[in-house]
Amino acid sequence: MNWGSWSNFIDMGGRGFYVWGSYFITLICIVFELGLLARQKRALWQRLTQLMKLNKQG
Amino acid sequence: MALNIFKYSSPASFYPLAGKMVPVFYGLAAVFTIVGLYISFFVAPTDATQGEAYRIIFIHVPAAWMSMFIYIVMAIWAGLGLVLNTRLSSMMAQALAPTGAMFTFVALITGAFWGKPTWGTWWEWDARMTSELILLFLYIGYMSLTAAIDDVRRADKAGAILAMVGGINVPIIYFSVKWWNTLHQGASVSLTSSPSMAKTMLLGMLIMAIAAWMYSIAVALSRVRLLMLEREKSSAWVQEILEQKS
Repeated sequence: MNWGSWSNFIDMGGRGFYVWGSYFITLICIVFELGLLARQKRALWQRLTQLMKLNKQG
Repeated sequence: MALNIFKYSSPASFYPLAGKMVPVFYGLAAVFTIVGLYISFFVAPTDATQGEAYRIIFIHVPAAWMSMFIYIVMAIWAGLGLVLNTRLSSMMAQALAPTGAMFTFVALITGAFWGKPTWGTWWEWDARMTSELILLFLYIGYMSLTAAIDDVRRADKAGAILAMVGGINVPIIYFSVKWWNTLHQGASVSLTSSPSMAKTMLLGMLIMAIAAWMYSIAVALSRVRLLMLEREKSSAWVQEILEQKS
């Protein structure tokens, strides 16, 4: 597949909005899921280490 | 050395194993995505009838496959947890749900973005689309239900029943294009007939599907590790890990 130029590639035969829109939204969804997971991980570690300290103090 | 798979059915030994697997699957996902996208945009030709708009297929179909497949796997894990009362099974089911919901959402959105230029509408209440939307609600229902019940064991049981009953929806989605006269086109790939698309298009789609698989495994393993820590926080093995980290 030879697109000839960058503008042809971006334009996607006049369907650029739909094609790139789909890929962009998918990317956002993946970034969102990974971000949420990273946040949950941080929060859990914080909670568990605090809990451990409290237990040690008795 | 014989590999004892039962050894890994306990969280204490599965936690470090999963930790080693996560980066491997993220790496594989990245490699397959790059190769898949390259084929999707630079190797696969323009479609004779749909022009370039068809290139949405490279995410739409893998996402739709994953949405159904993850649901089945989730329902099986949840069912195993219910019947065998194995701790890890229910955790696996819960770890899969958000990723399944994400792929269902992606399948629906990319479907809308594909429908608009080809059918002239973002949405139609046809059997395929409606049943896929129900799948999204099933995922959301499962996640809300398990999150709403404080007692973990009861949450697992209630979730398992919902997941298994909802499983009836998956064959409905899959066969909807055959059973009803839908706006949605029939299957592009089936086991019984040769695919109705160019070889490079099919290849791009399959590689993107493998990428989606690898991603799902990585995310689900990563999430199940958090669930293991959370649920077994007072057990010796978690305390040991916490000691090492701090």
